[in-house]
Amino acid sequence: MTDLPTVPAAPAEAAVPRRRLGSRVRVSGTDRVLLFVMVAIPLAMVVLWVWLPAIASVVLSFARWTGVGGLDTIEWIGTENYKNVFTNYPPFAPALRHNLIWLVFLFVLPTLFGIFLAVLLDRELRGTRFYQTAFFLPVVLSLALIGFIWQLMYSRDQGLLNAVLGTQIDWYGDSKVNLWAVLVAAGWKHAGYIMLLYLAGLKGVDPSLREAAAVDGASPARTFFSVVLPVMRPINIIIIVVTVIESLRAFDIVWVINKGTNGLELISTLVTSNVVGEASRIGFGSALATIMLVISLVFITIFLSTVMRGERR
Amino acid sequence: MSRPRSESEYLASLIPPSVAAAGLSRRGFLKGTLGAGAALSLSSLLAACGGGDDGGGSGSASQEVTFGSNQSDAVPKKAYADMLAASGLTVKVNTIEHETFQENINNYLQGNPDDVFTWFAGYRMQFFAAQGLAGDISDVWGGLSGMSEALKKASTGEDGKQYFVPLTTYPWGLFYRKSVWEEKGYQEPKTLDELVTLAKQMQTDGLIPIAFADKDGWPAMGTFDQLNLRINGYQFHVDLMAGKEAWDSAEVKKVFDTWRGLLPYHQEDALGREWQEAAQALQKKQAGMYLLGMFVGEQFPEKDREDLDFFTFPEIDPAIGTGAIEAPIDGLMMRAEPKNEEGAKQLLKFAGTAEAENVLLKANNTVIGASSEADASAYTGLQKKAVEFIGSAESIAQFLDRDTRPDFASTVMLPGLQTFIKNPNDIDGLTKSLESQKKSIFTS
Amino acid sequence: MSSATVTRPAATAATTTRNRRRLTPGRVPRNRRRLTPGRVLLYVFVVLTALAWLFPVVWALFNSFRDYDYTSVNGYVSLGGFTFENYTNAWEQGEFTRHFLNSLIITVPAVLLTLFLASCVAFVVARYSFRFNLVLLGLFTAANLLPQQALLIPLYRAYREIPLPLWMSDSGQLLDSYWGLILVNVAFQTGFCTFVLSNYMKALPHEMFEAARVDGAGVSTQFFRITLPLCRPALAALATLQVTWIYNEFFWATVLMQSGDKFPITSSLTNLRGQFFTDYNLLSAGSVIIAIPVLVIFFLLQKQFVAGLTLGATKG
Repeated sequence: MTDLPTVPAAPAEAAVPRRRLGSRVRVSGTDRVLLFVMVAIPLAMVVLWVWLPAIASVVLSFARWTGVGGLDTIEWIGTENYKNVFTNYPPFAPALRHNLIWLVFLFVLPTLFGIFLAVLLDRELRGTRFYQTAFFLPVVLSLALIGFIWQLMYSRDQGLLNAVLGTQIDWYGDSKVNLWAVLVAAGWKHAGYIMLLYLAGLKGVDPSLREAAAVDGASPARTFFSVVLPVMRPINIIIIVVTVIESLRAFDIVWVINKGTNGLELISTLVTSNVVGEASRIGFGSALATIMLVISLVFITIFLSTVMRGERR
Repeated sequence: MSRPRSESEYLASLIPPSVAAAGLSRRGFLKGTLGAGAALSLSSLLAACGGGDDGGGSGSASQEVTFGSNQSDAVPKKAYADMLAASGLTVKVNTIEHETFQENINNYLQGNPDDVFTWFAGYRMQFFAAQGLAGDISDVWGGLSGMSEALKKASTGEDGKQYFVPLTTYPWGLFYRKSVWEEKGYQEPKTLDELVTLAKQMQTDGLIPIAFADKDGWPAMGTFDQLNLRINGYQFHVDLMAGKEAWDSAEVKKVFDTWRGLLPYHQEDALGREWQEAAQALQKKQAGMYLLGMFVGEQFPEKDREDLDFFTFPEIDPAIGTGAIEAPIDGLMMRAEPKNEEGAKQLLKFAGTAEAENVLLKANNTVIGASSEADASAYTGLQKKAVEFIGSAESIAQFLDRDTRPDFASTVMLPGLQTFIKNPNDIDGLTKSLESQKKSIFTS
Repeated sequence: MSSATVTRPAATAATTTRNRRRLTPGRVPRNRRRLTPGRVLLYVFVVLTALAWLFPVVWALFNSFRDYDYTSVNGYVSLGGFTFENYTNAWEQGEFTRHFLNSLIITVPAVLLTLFLASCVAFVVARYSFRFNLVLLGLFTAANLLPQQALLIPLYRAYREIPLPLWMSDSGQLLDSYWGLILVNVAFQTGFCTFVLSNYMKALPHEMFEAARVDGAGVSTQFFRITLPLCRPALAALATLQVTWIYNEFFWATVLMQSGDKFPITSSLTNLRGQFFTDYNLLSAGSVIIAIPVLVIFFLLQKQFVAGLTLGATKG
């Protein structure tokens, strides 16, 4: 569920240097209060619902707690949870590996393919609307539902794939192949998503640039690589971040398939099964959560510094 | 919040402390006064948890009682609905998918549980009772009849109070279709060697010898339990579950080694299959046997159920024999501080009667009633056999995930056994890892 | 966001295609006239890929209309056995009336509240220059990107501790209540909407505001009478996106709801497993039913949808 603000849609006026309003303008007392409230309420929500829990997760990662009873039943054990995560928890290594595979796969196939489709669709084909609709359709479906829909392809006994290939493979159940089967389903959505983002970016490229290149006799491929691609740099970075966050947050699809076991372990499912399950290993689960948090904050920072660079200027 | 740290503590936990204090033997107590246990343990830590002696008149029988049910499959769902309807109380049922209910039990109980909810006997019940999440229903037990000593023991928390009303139980064993076996001339195997010979014969006959599914992670625990009970006996099993015995011991390795020898006779790709699908393989006569609980019959159409039979897992070590079996007890618990305590207790009291069980059994004949007063005359052949089977057992285990700590069962054993099924060859590595993880969990 | 690299006229997003045609008048006809072999190949490729992309959904749709007894005998790669029964069965067994209602109860207030709160913050950030504006925007946006699982434990715990009167929640607490789920969705989505709306508002012609201010319009007039009406296209696009995303939200509903009958439709999927796993035609019908609302939104409001994303959104 990545909700990334991406394509900088700065309207034309924004490019014109304009005076900042506000500090020079007098704001009355009641208006000051009103402005304060307008920011304070949403801010309080985000802090209470997102930032405080995030900090609390980090704190709890140094504890042992079953989650039953008051806060005084918490036992502080230092970094032992982290030690256990790395050395004494067999599912962790596969989970980390699967997240990494997820990331590399999304990049190598769906992301690049999405960009490729965007470039093709940017060529003003007849029936563009139909192609766009087709590629974009999976994007509106939830990944949980996508897991179900692809079950119809993948089922060992009733699936289409085995019927067509004449094989007897349990695509979701065989840990040798199930990660890839899931990735194809997830990539089905991801490619359409990237396609749309990129297409929007391409449409924002000043056509005169391309025309200039065409006049100079550059081939379409050369135009793309030496003119369009450099101009698209912000979008490229955003797509990278989208893909990273997407791979780190992957959860729904494997959870509906088998709750992230048997070849589909992901860090997100390990966190969940350690804390919502009957188990309730709060401290241990929090250590896993903190690891996720740290990785994602690195990329969020990269993302924010990219999209906000314009703001600062 | 005492969880047993050692074998002796675990075993002690099975004996109500009030009894120990009164200097009675367990037997003596259980035979005797039912009310005494409750009376003697008034000083319990859990007094605050809504035994309700003080709250008194919260709610009434005419008000609605909420009921949290994990019976989401069609057959038991209807059975429970019929039973609740027969209680004469207004019951609001909240049905949650079976696996989801179990996985969320901790949160469920700490959140806003229903007044009465379905759960399991044994360690898994005691664990929540000890944490103050369940309501004391010792007074309900005072009015129950037809419950055996073993049942009462299984319903008693570490503090000697009762927290559980047993409803039904069922045995685990190797199930098969009589018609298939008659046609092929198979005999119930008495030893492991006979089982292997039979399995080979089935393969020759084009059958999958043993149906198998472990997508949800728990069915394989049943296989482990059966093998461990046969190879190392009941006491070792209980100690192992209590964290007292080592998982990397020679005994446990032997269990996995034996299992590895049997895996080729199990249905392939078990990790992608749910037990219902494996049960259908048996029902469709594609598989010769299925090691599961008697609930396997739920997947059989009514007309085929009479064709279902079972035998206990064959002997592996003559010194151990086949006296230990597994027969989990399902039943009901009351939440701590229920909204309608009077109604909840009334419902529990009704549930403990033969009348309630008869309704339940009428709709679902893949279990047997816990109460000895349940009407056995309507039992199918299979149910009668189950009664006899459980009755003659020397010792009864509940199930791996009911006999040990829930965090250990779900975050260590579940992935551990799946890993074994995937790669049965690294037994040393697996057992070493299980032991090391056990140590990190059982320290708390 | 005034990065010089990618700039488009205000509210382009909603009218991308139109603008594009205007911007590149000469190119379109020229390309369409020339049908080289390369271009034929391109068409073949794009058409085939598009059909392949649609296939999984079409396959689900196709099998949802077929009788289980027929397909179990003839296999799925066959024709015939058409029926509507799967839909009535799926609807009944999945208790879809209840779950759709839950989705509605959660989605509508969550979207409205998200848009309102985001507009408030965006308005302040866009119209007034405070030193903390950037930090504020960063806090909101980053919050939107954190992995939900990382926040689960403390949030869950807090939800259990916060009591609600019974008329608000029959569980007596934030946990297992519609309110809790609505609020968590709002908290997560506000960041995204704030980001998009602040960019949009910054681009509004500020002469209008100056004039209003000269006329003595206070903050509330500027906000309600001028800003919000002008943001209608952006709000419409965001609303379309948000309805889809909150409808599709799976994780929070799975962990913060406890009563089976309160699950919104998407997270009720896991509850379906037991009943639906053997009959794939039933499963198909269930999937189609669940997909219908977002597909309807998608086909009716595709423009809004695309606009929402190009306004500054991407979403998984």
